[in-house]
Amino acid sequence: MKISRGATITEPGSTSLEETGSWRTFRPVIRYEKCIRCMICWNFCPEPAIEKKEGENYPVANPKLIKMPVPVINYNFCKGCGICVNECPTKAIDFIREEK
Amino acid sequence: MNYEDMEFFAPGHRACAGCAAPIIVKWVLKISGPKTIVVNATGCLEVFSTPYPHTSWRLPWIHTAFENAAATASGIDAALKAIGKRDDVNIVVFGGDGGTSDIGFQSLSGMAERGHNILYIMYDNEAYMNTGIQRSSSTPFGAWTSTTQVGPSRPLGKEEFKKPIAEIMAAHKIPYVATANPAFLPDFKAKIQKALSIKGPKFIHTISSCTTGWRHDPSKTIEIMRLATETGIFPLWEIENGDFSKIKITYMPKQRKPVEEYLKPQGRFRHLFNEPEKIKEIQKMVDEWWAKFETKS
Repeated sequence: MKISRGATITEPGSTSLEETGSWRTFRPVIRYEKCIRCMICWNFCPEPAIEKKEGENYPVANPKLIKMPVPVINYNFCKGCGICVNECPTKAIDFIREEK
Repeated sequence: MNYEDMEFFAPGHRACAGCAAPIIVKWVLKISGPKTIVVNATGCLEVFSTPYPHTSWRLPWIHTAFENAAATASGIDAALKAIGKRDDVNIVVFGGDGGTSDIGFQSLSGMAERGHNILYIMYDNEAYMNTGIQRSSSTPFGAWTSTTQVGPSRPLGKEEFKKPIAEIMAAHKIPYVATANPAFLPDFKAKIQKALSIKGPKFIHTISSCTTGWRHDPSKTIEIMRLATETGIFPLWEIENGDFSKIKITYMPKQRKPVEEYLKPQGRFRHLFNEPEKIKEIQKMVDEWWAKFETKS
């Protein structure tokens, strides 16, 4: 590795090259048919490992919500803290032990 | 412009699962937007967000020692002024409780007195979590830490009281001082927005749960921070220009929950349940604060 003068880091946001998903012992899984797309999980994800995506291709709890964005978990970064599971108002996120 | 859908704090940082600090940081940056310079005192946040040779920050960021985050920010403010580029740049300082209440307090007090246009945010996890949970002046009464051990001859943990840092900063008569809690997100966002719209030194004290040091399940982070406010232990208020008579309490619980509900889920307070007198003492302290300020609000 080449060290720059003053050991400065020149690439912003480069921790995203280092995936922390392997820290996880429990995996949160969103059940979209129960999800009301309130985005509370996205608000509180500390990574942030939950992304806002276009929601039209996802199952929906109520057809009125189809135009709303959905939360999608990026398992490359999710450390499995479970804040989203605990805060979900409709209990739409399951917490499943990672097993190989 | 609204930057809420942008992430200025990248994933892949090394914060413990369930740490509240990145939640605070991501929301502050979403509100302050891309024209922000971040000054970061030594502490958990600095360590976990910049594991060399990587960084989580997508904004200009400078790391300083514990003592001088506010002094460095003051220098940035003065330098930008000197080159005529001060106008629309936000300078935001993040310091932990150690870097703010303890070691960095002199530079913070100086920054407030000189009137620099800076937003200082203290994320308060109530001990030196990064070096191994040593007590700070911000550790609450009764809490276990690795330097306030609990045993037969010391049943209490920390015997001293938490330093009221936000009230001390309000006593500097700076334009804006507030306490904020990310579990109450709309209130949190409004306070950051309001602080950034005001010129001069601003100070925001946010609670930041530490799953490792507070000894609770990572998934309970937000729940416990919410309880801190609902029990009245961490009241949410704002004071402008140091006028305590016009304190505005921004979250008024209809009925304050008993403090036990906040203490119970945290391992650092477990020993207190053998000392019910001490829990009563904590409840009394909380009630006294509310009796003093509730009527003014």
